[in-house]
Amino acid sequence: MSLILLHPDDNVLVLGAPVHAGQALIIDGQTVTTEADVGVGHKLARRALAVGDKVRKYGAPIGSITAPVAAGGHIHLHNMKSDYIASHTRQATGSEGR
Amino acid sequence: MAQALRGYLRSDGRKGIRNVVAVAYLVECAHHVARAIVTRSDDTDVHLIGFPGCYPNAYALKVMQAIGTHPNVGGVLLVSLGCESFNREQLRATIEASGRPVETLVIQESGGTASTIGKGLEAVGRLRAIAAQTPETPMDVSELVIGTICGGSDGTSGITANPAVGRAFDRLGAAGAACLFEETGELVGCEKIMADRAITPELGLELERSIQKAEAYYTVMGYGSFAPGNAEGGLTTQEEKSMGAYSKSGSAPIVGILKPGDQPPAGGLYLLDVVPDGEPRFGFPNISDNAEIVELIACGAHLTLFTTGRGSVVGSAISPVIKVCANPETYRKLADDMDIDAGRIMEGRGTLDEVGDEIHDLVLAVAGGERTVSEVLGHQEFILTYKAFDPIGPACLPLGRAN
Repeated sequence: MSLILLHPDDNVLVLGAPVHAGQALIIDGQTVTTEADVGVGHKLARRALAVGDKVRKYGAPIGSITAPVAAGGHIHLHNMKSDYIASHTRQATGSEGR
Repeated sequence: MAQALRGYLRSDGRKGIRNVVAVAYLVECAHHVARAIVTRSDDTDVHLIGFPGCYPNAYALKVMQAIGTHPNVGGVLLVSLGCESFNREQLRATIEASGRPVETLVIQESGGTASTIGKGLEAVGRLRAIAAQTPETPMDVSELVIGTICGGSDGTSGITANPAVGRAFDRLGAAGAACLFEETGELVGCEKIMADRAITPELGLELERSIQKAEAYYTVMGYGSFAPGNAEGGLTTQEEKSMGAYSKSGSAPIVGILKPGDQPPAGGLYLLDVVPDGEPRFGFPNISDNAEIVELIACGAHLTLFTTGRGSVVGSAISPVIKVCANPETYRKLADDMDIDAGRIMEGRGTLDEVGDEIHDLVLAVAGGERTVSEVLGHQEFILTYKAFDPIGPACLPLGRAN
């Protein structure tokens, strides 16, 4: 159980175990090669996604694609954004809302 | 299931699963004295609670009244500096009216720090003795109030621990327990599907409004309810975190909305609206997880189910916390802080139904007196800060109001 499809309508898969760069994975019958080390709980694209596509997980939209991603690609802050409120990292200063 | 629960029967008819004496400081200036009384009492069931501010706040008074009369509380010692704004007379009167023993110490009139600590230890002794006489009585699952919260969420939370809690909630709610889920800021993105579960269309509208309020409030704050650890754990957006958090609520119909300090009028599933009303005034709605746990307890929660992916270690004053670990790697690192290993679902060593049943059974065991991991480790976190709320409207409680 290393790739988890939470809902049949989803276009992302959740990693049940870490993957390493260069590792071969089979997604919907297609073999893809991962481009980076990615940890448990992170998302991989189930198929190629274009800028503006809605990301679907649990069968629900969870944000939009901001940079093209290939099947098997890691989907995270670098190529996806919230449709509601921007996410922040530890580099945030606390003054963004003012 | 014929599980024998024991309850402490309070004079007001409520039943508790613990028999706690609470020592409450009413301003930060009285914190040290109150803490010293608790520390030197060296008793698992003497807990420190309090409010740090010197300015009056109706919300803080309401929460302290709700906690001072909580079914798990068998007596209260109020520790005041003397010149703060907190309405100690009203708090004392509310606790007295519930039939619970209460004493007040005012440091400025009690000879200062050392003298007040000494008098406080004597007071705790008297309160313990009275609390110890509380009769025990059979208690049914339908008399339980159970809260849930997630903290340190990651990409596993919404797959393992949260839906497993949802399954436990479905069983407990079907048995008549009141089940409370909360943090509307972590439900942004789920408002439509949640509204469809309301038992009336008017309640559905109120559910949607509560989430819109949260989104507007957090937008002014400049941050969603989203911590850096969430992103490190694989979550990318607020609405992704929300969908995972939402699964804690299970699949039962939603019977009402509560605000902090409101009591559920009957069994079933409730949303606790924790985001303040009106213009944002006092900062972030809840500055950390324990602020939300305090609000669940103020709504009568006998215990709280806390799901965590990154690995929170907290417990709480007043009501036990059961920690459900979502991530198998985190569990291996922090096993001594966890009550339930839900991460095993990720590794095919268990199913959602099995873990849901384990959570359900542990709720009954803890309600029957078994200590949780955080209780044994001595966790007694408590935090209460400034907020402002309007009262809930009639559409929020189609089943009527408590009392």
